[in-house]
Amino acid sequence: MPYFCMSFWKHDLCHICLKKSYQSLEDNSTQNMKQVIYRNLTSKILSLGFILLLTFSTSLNAQDGGPQAGDPANGKSLFNANCAACHKLDRDMTGPMLRNVEARLAEEGLDREWINAWIRNSSALIKAGDAYAVKIYNEWNQTAMNAFPQLSDQDISDILAYTAQPPPLPPTPEVGVATGETAGSGISNNLILGALAVLFALLAMALILVKRTLNRFAEAKGIEAVAETKGKPIWKAFVENQFLVLVTAIFFLLASAYFVYGYFMQVGVDQGYEPVQPIHYSHRIHAGDNGIDCKYCHSSARVSKHSGIPSLNICMNCHKSIANVAPETLAEGKAEYGVDYDAEIQKLYEAVGWDGTAYTGESKPVKWIRIHNLPDFAYFNHSQHVSVAGVECQTCHGPVEEMEIMYQHSPLTMGWCINCHRETNVKVKDNEYYTKIHEELSKKYGVEQLTAAQMGGLECGKCHY
Amino acid sequence: MHISMKIALKYIAVLVMLVGFVSCQKNSRPNYQYMPNMYEPVGYETYQESDAFANGVEAQLPAEGTIPRGDFMPYEIEDTNEGYEEAKTNLVSPLDSTMVDYDEGKILYDIYCGICHGTKGNGKGKLVEREKILGVPSYDDPGRAITTGSIYHVIYYGKNTMGSYANQLNESERWQVVAYVEKLKADLEK
Repeated sequence: MPYFCMSFWKHDLCHICLKKSYQSLEDNSTQNMKQVIYRNLTSKILSLGFILLLTFSTSLNAQDGGPQAGDPANGKSLFNANCAACHKLDRDMTGPMLRNVEARLAEEGLDREWINAWIRNSSALIKAGDAYAVKIYNEWNQTAMNAFPQLSDQDISDILAYTAQPPPLPPTPEVGVATGETAGSGISNNLILGALAVLFALLAMALILVKRTLNRFAEAKGIEAVAETKGKPIWKAFVENQFLVLVTAIFFLLASAYFVYGYFMQVGVDQGYEPVQPIHYSHRIHAGDNGIDCKYCHSSARVSKHSGIPSLNICMNCHKSIANVAPETLAEGKAEYGVDYDAEIQKLYEAVGWDGTAYTGESKPVKWIRIHNLPDFAYFNHSQHVSVAGVECQTCHGPVEEMEIMYQHSPLTMGWCINCHRETNVKVKDNEYYTKIHEELSKKYGVEQLTAAQMGGLECGKCHY
Repeated sequence: MHISMKIALKYIAVLVMLVGFVSCQKNSRPNYQYMPNMYEPVGYETYQESDAFANGVEAQLPAEGTIPRGDFMPYEIEDTNEGYEEAKTNLVSPLDSTMVDYDEGKILYDIYCGICHGTKGNGKGKLVEREKILGVPSYDDPGRAITTGSIYHVIYYGKNTMGSYANQLNESERWQVVAYVEKLKADLEK
């Protein structure tokens, strides 16, 4: 018995240390989350830098007697509204990166006047044969920059002030800074729960031990606890009662039949199927947080039998300019789902052959795993349901906008199809095709609104042919 | 004591079996199928892999120089700066005023364009508001001065950061969207 006890104890201890290590893992993740505080700090340093920079640049400008000092805050909003479609600060995109562009152009001997002329009408400058303008135009595959005649001198100096700001420091996780209150509460909750579990285990053990010792005392002192009257054992009584045996046998047969039936009925039903896809694509982020319409990517659901898997070209409509997710999203993905979203975007770039500024031409197909799969003997047409009937995608596919990993929400069985056809009214509004038949059939059935079933939605040949 | 240990062992065994049974239900692989040859198609499925095709997939581009049936007109203006200028000045919509359907245009616009350009066309779509995509211009931007032809050209080929929408919208849908964008532009310029 002591051995038993010991091993039990060891086991329990092990549990504790496992829990501990798990906690320390969690600690780390919460520390990562704590970067928020640190980022505030950097932004403070940055803003301090801006102030310094501002004072510095005003003095310079005052000497030059040029336009007034740029306001980087206003410059940022102007930059985001006008320039950011093609330019990023620290990365070449459609156009070159613009960090410290004024200083870099000054090295080429180009002043503010040239910049103003270029921004307001670059093609005129190129046509006029300006050497640097022609050079940069040819360097960037003759991509014409849009003209911005509406930007004033002040606007341009604001934008340039914004581009002259030092880049934000890369967030380095600092161990010392990150022990805050939220982390503390998380730990204490886990600790309390763990302690309670241990306490209950101890109590249970103690009770068992106490009972045993009491029994031993009773034995030693010759006290018979409670004299157990030795009657017929219960199983013998049960076997002798034939009626009871029969009833129990029938009960067991029925119960097992129920479970066997249940098992057979779910063969071929893939409800809940959730395969691991080659690229971790989060519907939660795209359709939920960003509110992109389902039909944006699955555009063929409107017009064809299939709701097509979007080509990577459609991903690139947005991901040409989105190479990284927001830092909060990245942290959330790592902490909650164990996914590095930035790495997943890199997988997309690799598949589509995008080197950050242009297509390399070396693409390879992504082998997505199909989730919703009707058997070949059943016909289903997406456009009929999406465009004609106006059924929401979520009716069949469930809350996709909340799914981090896509899974099959509905059973896709025939009973499920038919049930919906019985319950759903046909959408006749703005659909002349149905007007006449709806009029006659609703008169025949004596109803105001026809269900899909009454329009022939239960005919075998509609789906099986 | 030995008896109680045996009982405990039995309980543990049953528990392990139960856990094992439940954990066998993996959602990452498909369920068993009864007579799978009734399920699987004889013909090629839409995205199927197959050795019968050059690059191993069923999805193929149409043969060069062919056009689909139906009311299809090839778009012959090229995706160059000159092509853009040509479309901007010369290209006109085949839709007359009776064929323009702003309701259809709005539905399509809100799905494909509104997410960046904003439902009002002012360049403030949801992705812009959330600072995912930046620099989306308003349709009344004087520097661009978009026209019927330039809108169609840009939907067809894309421009700068905007991608091509030729495979999400067919020809008549594109022209409906063009008409709706022009309406939005007129509303913005009011």
